[in-house]
Amino acid sequence: MSIEMSQQIWAYGVFAVLLFVAAAYCILVSKNLIRILIGLELFTKAVTLLLVAAAFASGRTGLGQSVIITLIVVEVVVIAVAAGIVIGQYKHTQSISAKELQDLKG
Amino acid sequence: MTTIDLLLLFLMMSAAMWTVMTPGLLYSAIGLALTSAILSVIMFQLNAPLAAVFELSVCAGLITVVFVAAISLTKPMSKQQEAQHAKTRLKRYLALPVIVVVLGWMLWSAPLNFDFLPRGIASGDEVRQVLWNTRRFDLIGQIIVILTGVFGIVVLFKNRGKEEAEK
Repeated sequence: MSIEMSQQIWAYGVFAVLLFVAAAYCILVSKNLIRILIGLELFTKAVTLLLVAAAFASGRTGLGQSVIITLIVVEVVVIAVAAGIVIGQYKHTQSISAKELQDLKG
Repeated sequence: MTTIDLLLLFLMMSAAMWTVMTPGLLYSAIGLALTSAILSVIMFQLNAPLAAVFELSVCAGLITVVFVAAISLTKPMSKQQEAQHAKTRLKRYLALPVIVVVLGWMLWSAPLNFDFLPRGIASGDEVRQVLWNTRRFDLIGQIIVILTGVFGIVVLFKNRGKEEAEK
C-alpha cells in the first residue's frame, strides 16, 4: 500500500474515531431516550465510515458494500423497534427520560 | 487525499457535532439526516455507489421519518422546563468539542509508521455477485432481522391496542 493511500485511510480512521467519541458522549450524557437512539445511529455512522474506507483501501468494494447493506438493514430494524419501545414507554409513564426506566413489570 | 475529501469529512463531523449538541430534538434528527447525506457522498467518492444509495434512501430518509414520528408522538417540554434544562445542558455538553478537538489533534499528529491493512487481494468484485453468491447467508440473516422487527412492532402495537380497549 502506498504512503498516500495509508494517509488517506488514516484520515478516515481518525474521523471515524471522532464520530464514535461524539456518539458515545451523546449516549452517556443524555437522559432523553430519543437522543440516546440518535447517539446509537451516530455509532453506526462511524462504523460505516470505517468499513467503506477499509473496503476502498483493500480494493474489495463489493464485499464492503454488501457488509454495509447488511449493517444498514440491521440498523433500521433496531431503530424502528427501539422507537416503538420509546413511544410505548411514553404512553406508560408520560416521559421519555431514561431516569423513568427503572421499574420492570413481571 | 484531496481537499474535497477532507472538506466532506469536516462537514460530516460538524453535522454530527450539531446533532449531538443542538437543544431541539427535531433539529437533532435533521442533523442526523445531514450526517447521513454527507456520508453517502463520501461513499460515492470511495467507489461504493450502491451502499451510498442505501445510506441516502434508508438512513437519511426512512430513519429520519421514524425519528420525526417518534418526536411528534411525544409531548414537548414546557417553557419552564426548557429554560431549566438549557442551563444544565450547556455545562453537560461543553466538554464534547474540547474532547473532539484534542483527540483529533492527537490522532492526526500521531506517527503513521505501520501498515494497518492487509496487502493485496485487490479483486474488483462486483457487489451484486458478492451479495448473492458469496454472502448469501447474510441475506437469510437480513430477512430474519426484518421479520423480527416487524413482529416486534406488531406485538408492541397490539398490546397497546388491547390496553386502550380495556380502559
